[in-house]
Amino acid sequence: MTYPRKHLLAIEGLEPPHLADLLDLAESYALLNRSGKTQRDLLKGRTLINLFFEDSTRTRTSFELAGKRLGADVINMSVSTSSVNKGETLLDTASTLNAMHCDLLVVRHGQSGAPSLLSQKVDAAVINAGDGTHEHPTQALLDALTIRRHKGRLEGLVVAICGDIAHSRVARSNMHLLTTMGSRVRVVGPPTLIPAESARLGVEVFHDMKAGLAGADVVMMLRLQRERMSGGMVPSAREFFRFYGLDAEKLAHAKPDSIVMHPGPMNRGVEIDSAIADHLTRSVIGEQVEMGVACRMAVLDMLSRQLPRNR
Amino acid sequence: MADTLITKARLLDPASGLDAPGALLIRDGLIADCGAGLTAPEGATVVDAAGSCLAPGLIDLRANLGEPGAEHRETIASAAQAAAAGGITTICVLPDTDPALDDPALISFIARRGEATGSVTLLPYGAATAGCAGKELAEYGLLREAGAIAFTDGVRAIASARTMRLALSYARAFGAFIVQHPEEPSLAAGGAATEGELATRLGLPGITPAAEAMLVARDIALARITGGHVHFAHVSTAAALDLIRAAKAEGLAVTCDTAPPYFDLNETAIGDYRTYAKLSPPLRTEMDRQAVVAALVDGTIDAIASDHQPRDADDKRLPFAQAEAGGAGLATLLGVTLARVHAGDVPMLTALGLLTARPATLLDLPQGRLVKGAPADLVLFHPDRGWKVEAGKLPGKAQNSPFDGRALEGRVLGTWKAGRRVFGG
Repeated sequence: MTYPRKHLLAIEGLEPPHLADLLDLAESYALLNRSGKTQRDLLKGRTLINLFFEDSTRTRTSFELAGKRLGADVINMSVSTSSVNKGETLLDTASTLNAMHCDLLVVRHGQSGAPSLLSQKVDAAVINAGDGTHEHPTQALLDALTIRRHKGRLEGLVVAICGDIAHSRVARSNMHLLTTMGSRVRVVGPPTLIPAESARLGVEVFHDMKAGLAGADVVMMLRLQRERMSGGMVPSAREFFRFYGLDAEKLAHAKPDSIVMHPGPMNRGVEIDSAIADHLTRSVIGEQVEMGVACRMAVLDMLSRQLPRNR
Repeated sequence: MADTLITKARLLDPASGLDAPGALLIRDGLIADCGAGLTAPEGATVVDAAGSCLAPGLIDLRANLGEPGAEHRETIASAAQAAAAGGITTICVLPDTDPALDDPALISFIARRGEATGSVTLLPYGAATAGCAGKELAEYGLLREAGAIAFTDGVRAIASARTMRLALSYARAFGAFIVQHPEEPSLAAGGAATEGELATRLGLPGITPAAEAMLVARDIALARITGGHVHFAHVSTAAALDLIRAAKAEGLAVTCDTAPPYFDLNETAIGDYRTYAKLSPPLRTEMDRQAVVAALVDGTIDAIASDHQPRDADDKRLPFAQAEAGGAGLATLLGVTLARVHAGDVPMLTALGLLTARPATLLDLPQGRLVKGAPADLVLFHPDRGWKVEAGKLPGKAQNSPFDGRALEGRVLGTWKAGRRVFGG
């Protein structure tokens, strides 16, 4: 099994064999987790630091659980954005982390490229847990694993990513991963929320949701950030829900066996109808969370193989 | 001061089209003679150029020198070192300092600080609006008397069409032009890179390149109704250059400059969030870069300016969107311009003209020419000698070069200011 880098900063640039290896490994961890067994010797003696400059319960907990299941010493550092909005402190943090002999550093930051900047200054292997509007690589891995478990493959599937594409790191990582693995990716949303030159990333752009969902195997909804409405990119929540919210009527245009995904946390009644979010057979939102832990275990495992044995 | 004779030089004078072997005689700070067959007068210092190029000292149409208010980034003394090493003998100094150059006393302060360096003439711009805040016009008449060459708010666009109209109109009374940072501010707000595929991939807030053409179009319309002279700084897009080309053909008083990053680099230089390549305006697509090169050749662009914007490590070692825009440009102005000559894109005299005679004409200056009686502001350079741009090792204080790591051909061997050698030798 191969992974070509020291860090996991982005999905962009990874090739199909690297992604397939990560997904296979994650699949095996998913089975292990369900069996109730653990593998606590793998990262024994390793220190994993969760460095979160933005609030996140879900992702931080998922990495924490993944690290603990593999036996790492896990430390959570939440840095409030009010005291740190200057990157000099970001680099000060880097030297602090070096002094702590951290092995694996999980970073979430509100600025695109912040984990990349940190990776140039810290000794640890850096995992991007979401940076600005750039990427969220482990989210794309867990989404792909969830899809693969339901559809048996990624190649040839029609995946519609819907909503606020412009401000979504989840959308970017998913666009890179799924197009690399041969899926047919569509992005669906109002033109104000579609980033410039999206088609150059190998996806099809739709502004009409019913057309965008037609024949889709997977419907991936994104969270609409409330502040986008104050920024004037969407006039109101009710208008957004009417045209781009996922309800039964719009979902009827996708394939009958299509699955519905959401990275959470959801705005029920804004981008997704509660009846769809909680649908027993179509919604796989709960499983995404489960696969999140497995994928993060796989990433920690893969990156730890390249760490120096002894400090 | 003894006479100096620079012999065995390749004389390059863009104003007259001269490109020939010869010598140049300096006497009392002026060019006493130049051409073939000169012999050294009794007691003269003789400098053997050994075939290197001798040209007028460069006139940099646009630079921020850190003073007053940002001396931690650059000072006039440190900028003067960088200028001398870069062959620059005249710098037009931007007024968006702290405080802004909106008072006659500050204008004469900058000019005096230039004289004190002994190596570079500083020609200050006056603020176009009080405090460069974009509201009330500054005192153009008083500032002009104190020595302001033209008026601008520096890196801040004059946003209000009404204010710009008044500025263009009022400046006519004092024979001055208005320099605009051509970027529609509401479209540029918060942006960090040129909108497009790369910014989308990097997840960076984009600025549409149309923001430039839009303000250029507006200000050309204002120049038309006022009869004023508008000068667009660091023009970087094909669309804006097309508008300027058409305005010139129409006979309007419209001029412009660009800066080396816009004809030497494209947006891919920001690569993996390289903040040293974060500039304002942002680096553009390769198509726009090529359009800038074409406009250097066809005369649409009137000058190449360094657009020197000193920044320190604290300004740049930040996540990309939070890092400050701006690049150091004094030391690399000649070398990066010569790269286009070496590439065969721009003829040597055309390139040098954009750094000497053409800005001199724009500002009605006596320097910038190899002609008897002109100030002996000179640069001697070897066109092919290589060097590597290394941030941290550049002359002057500001090290934030977007060209860090770039190999250049064209090395300054000597710089003379009013006949005195201020670099090399």
